[in-house]
Amino acid sequence: MILLPCPWCGPRDAAEFAHYGEQVPRPDPGTATPADWRAYLYLRANTRGWVTETWYHRMGCRRFITVERHTQTNETRMVPPGTATPPTGPAAG
Amino acid sequence: MDGQPRRRRRGGYPARYSAAGLVRRGLSRSAWPATWTRHPVKSSYDVVIVGGGVHGLAAAYYLAVNHGITDVAVLDKGYIGSGGSGRNTAILRSNYLTPEGVRFYDRSVKLYQRLATELDYNVMFSQRGHLTLAHSDASLRTMRWRAEVNKAEGVDSEVIGPAEVKRLAPFLDVSAAARYPVLGALYHPPGGIIRHDAVVWGYARGAAAHGVHIHQSTEVIGIDVAGGRVRGVETADGAIATRVVLNATAGWSTLIAGMAGVALPVTTYPLQAAVTEPVKPFLGTVVVSGTLHVYVSQTDRGELVFGASVDPFTSYSMRGSLEFIESLAGHVLQLMPALANVRVLRQWAGLCDMTPDFSPIMGATPVEGFLLDVGWGTYGFKAGPVSGEAMAQCIASGKPPEIIAPFGLDRFAAGALVGEKGAAAVGH
Repeated sequence: MILLPCPWCGPRDAAEFAHYGEQVPRPDPGTATPADWRAYLYLRANTRGWVTETWYHRMGCRRFITVERHTQTNETRMVPPGTATPPTGPAAG
Repeated sequence: MDGQPRRRRRGGYPARYSAAGLVRRGLSRSAWPATWTRHPVKSSYDVVIVGGGVHGLAAAYYLAVNHGITDVAVLDKGYIGSGGSGRNTAILRSNYLTPEGVRFYDRSVKLYQRLATELDYNVMFSQRGHLTLAHSDASLRTMRWRAEVNKAEGVDSEVIGPAEVKRLAPFLDVSAAARYPVLGALYHPPGGIIRHDAVVWGYARGAAAHGVHIHQSTEVIGIDVAGGRVRGVETADGAIATRVVLNATAGWSTLIAGMAGVALPVTTYPLQAAVTEPVKPFLGTVVVSGTLHVYVSQTDRGELVFGASVDPFTSYSMRGSLEFIESLAGHVLQLMPALANVRVLRQWAGLCDMTPDFSPIMGATPVEGFLLDVGWGTYGFKAGPVSGEAMAQCIASGKPPEIIAPFGLDRFAAGALVGEKGAAAVGH
């Protein structure tokens, strides 16, 4: 089990959350080429190390939150509310 | 494929394993010869394969045997078979959903069938049959679809009813009162289990006998790319010059591809499995339930091997988790209540390189000479031989053979995905 630091609820079991994954900037649909759009849909950094990612606290405050997590050790760090860029859409299913 | 492979056995090496040899060594107590020879790392190779699992070693073996390319190095940061090849649940099958997938895995099962003879190594392939249970009308419909696609491709696969399921696996709870009643199953007689370590060791022995160098504890830390093509790889022990690099590193594939500047549509998820203490043989087939996220088989030693779906979030960690084993045990007991007193011996995790369409990525990249055999997700082990054969052909001829043409990296930009989620494994 890993604990995720929800900025609204405090540390909670990761099973309460849905993982939305790394944050990928969403291109402007009006100007993006098909290649840009498919890169946004599919390409991921898949970093081994500290990542900034989106989780959804589905069994808690039901908010999207930003958390920093180390993908090798699963250590987590809280991102205080208001300091994170809001998620721009589901990044990974 | 390209007809019969050319045989290039050199001077009877390695000595064939035989019953007479076993008796002779048992009586004389003389030492067995080394399975393969270790060599110092050369400063250059024709082909460098990163990843010493079943995919990398099979590619090296078929490069040497089918194409006569023997100046090949296989590099692994740990020991061979220490990644997914030694962590899977050793199930083989070819009852996929798309015609491309069925053709591909059917070729792999056929290669596995003759592997013990070809490699002179007992891989213990047991084609005991494979049952995928349907617990709802919707999944029964998908089973029928899969069975028809399978039959059209010449693969033995049919939908059977609960009575037949009970006959094949008597310990399954097929009563109507079960929480997830068994409405039927997709029965795939050629499916079964194999000894995965032996497959890795057999390919390593066969490749080394044909001159391939296997370098364990040799981590690749960089890939030298100049002018849009590969020049060599950097290892922790020094540089190796080469014009062809094959990335066969599964869960770590984005890290290796990143060294060559190639972005992949891959995310890495752990997949956990567990094994129980040995019990008397009672389960003669592999049993899979997608709804319950579990697959069960019994090894020749009597242990029950359980697998499940990938963890709920990406990670490179290979630690097991308590919630996994708890939910797995609950699901197994819903299928087979009689197992309530069987103890779990251990659990482990392997890393899966998941792609958006649950199909692999094989072939060329924008960097000339940098080839991929990645994106194997939860189904890489069963594809080892055919991938090795196809990648060897791809390296030797410079273009992907027809059997892997649908699996190119360019399919994502082109939007030509090969949707295999319906049959890739249990529910994701």
